[in-house]
Amino acid sequence: MIELGKYAGTVLGAYGISLLLLLGIVGQSLRANARARRELEEHEGRG
Amino acid sequence: MSIWEYANPVKFMRASGAVLPWVAGGAVVCCVAGLAWGFLTPQDYRQGATVKIIFLHVPAALMAINGWLMMLVMSLIWLVRRHHVSALAAKAAAPVGAVMTLIALITGAIWGQPMWGTWWEWDPRLTSFLILFLFYLGYIALWAAVEDADSAADLTGVLCLVGSVFALLSRYAVNFWNQGLHQGASLSVAPGERMSAVYKYPLYLSMLGFFLLFLALVLLRTRTEIRRRRLAALLARENRA
Amino acid sequence: MKALLWRDLRLAVRAGGGFGLALAFFLILCTLVPFGVGPEGGTLARIAPGILWVGALLSCLLSLDRIFALDHEDGSLDLLATAPLPLEGVVAIKALAHWLVTGLPLVIFAPVLGLLLHLPGPAYPWLVLSLALGTPALSVLGAFGAAVTVGLRRGGLLLSLLVLPLYVPTLIFGAEAVRRGAIGADPGTPLLFLAAITLAVLALMPFASAAALRVNLR
Repeated sequence: MIELGKYAGTVLGAYGISLLLLLGIVGQSLRANARARRELEEHEGRG
Repeated sequence: MSIWEYANPVKFMRASGAVLPWVAGGAVVCCVAGLAWGFLTPQDYRQGATVKIIFLHVPAALMAINGWLMMLVMSLIWLVRRHHVSALAAKAAAPVGAVMTLIALITGAIWGQPMWGTWWEWDPRLTSFLILFLFYLGYIALWAAVEDADSAADLTGVLCLVGSVFALLSRYAVNFWNQGLHQGASLSVAPGERMSAVYKYPLYLSMLGFFLLFLALVLLRTRTEIRRRRLAALLARENRA
Repeated sequence: MKALLWRDLRLAVRAGGGFGLALAFFLILCTLVPFGVGPEGGTLARIAPGILWVGALLSCLLSLDRIFALDHEDGSLDLLATAPLPLEGVVAIKALAHWLVTGLPLVIFAPVLGLLLHLPGPAYPWLVLSLALGTPALSVLGAFGAAVTVGLRRGGLLLSLLVLPLYVPTLIFGAEAVRRGAIGADPGTPLLFLAAITLAVLALMPFASAAALRVNLR
């Protein structure tokens, strides 16, 4: 484990929140895309 | 063969579909490598371990500004040449840019707490980013509020132009305002300011990573928007028939 | 153009609400602030320039959605759009009417409220001058926001979200001029910036507003 000194909470907090936000937007984008693709395929398959 | 060929949604879908896995893969590799490398850098003699936050803060800030610039270019292309893909790309970029701005603000606050002794300082840079975030929010809200797709694209395009001018104006106004309060506050975290190579190369790598990540997300979200638009068009045609 | 201006002014006066409402809101805001921060004269005097400017800005915001909304509802906006008068001119006249109804009274009554907030003596002329220079910009920018949101349901909230960030430079230079006046420094530079912003906005924003209106009337 690398040494973070007395700022461990600060550094880990910053990385944690940022990664959470990034994963959030990535997840939201992926889900929205999957949904749009599914709906479009369903529709095109029918018509 | 010109770049305008990709304004055709079908061509754009084909090309972006081919490119997207590579961009996304590159984004993941560069982000993980850059951030891990940054995380393993030695501590700064003055800032201690908090120097590691720069590998998140600076790339996010960079993409926050570049994201708005991209939206501006896309809005201009839409307003002048009426290519739907570019309007949708501007719409797709806004939430990503807003998240980048938020990351830059939050990491800045977390870094500022032990360094400056305060979570928030009304420093020109911080304040301008807050204002930029507000502009992103307004832009996203306007897209969400207007029902007709073409009207929404037009209105947000005009808003983006006006907003760009005022974001820039606010940047200089805020500079002026803070100088008026306390002279010579030395809170600058300018990148590359006497930065040693130990920090420079991981920073470049994570900047590249964030750039690729931004690109991948915008491509993905633009594809989503195009699919949604196509679905809406199909439904409208069926309703008419 | 004159006829349109008179019509708008008469409507605003007869409707009753618009004229006094902004002023009353301004008064209430300046009354509430001392309740919030305490009655100490020194503290109030220090923050008075900012309070007065923020108060003017918010009072201006209150009546923005009325600039186009009523005319949009009864269809007279469509008539104006097809009239020989260019839409840019219509927007400019409407913004002028809004300024005469809300901005000008604010400029005139601001010194009275300055008394309430212990604004230091030397600041008064600069308060009036900076508000007189700055409030036209608020009206014109507000007309842009109103033009963008005119067709929307629940446009009022969105309107404030869109317009308030645009007010930042005006607010900064306006309040800075008064603050400098209050401590006896030279307020010339912020006043010049303020005037520059107002002039630029007056010249350019009607085009953006008219473009937005055309989209909404399409």
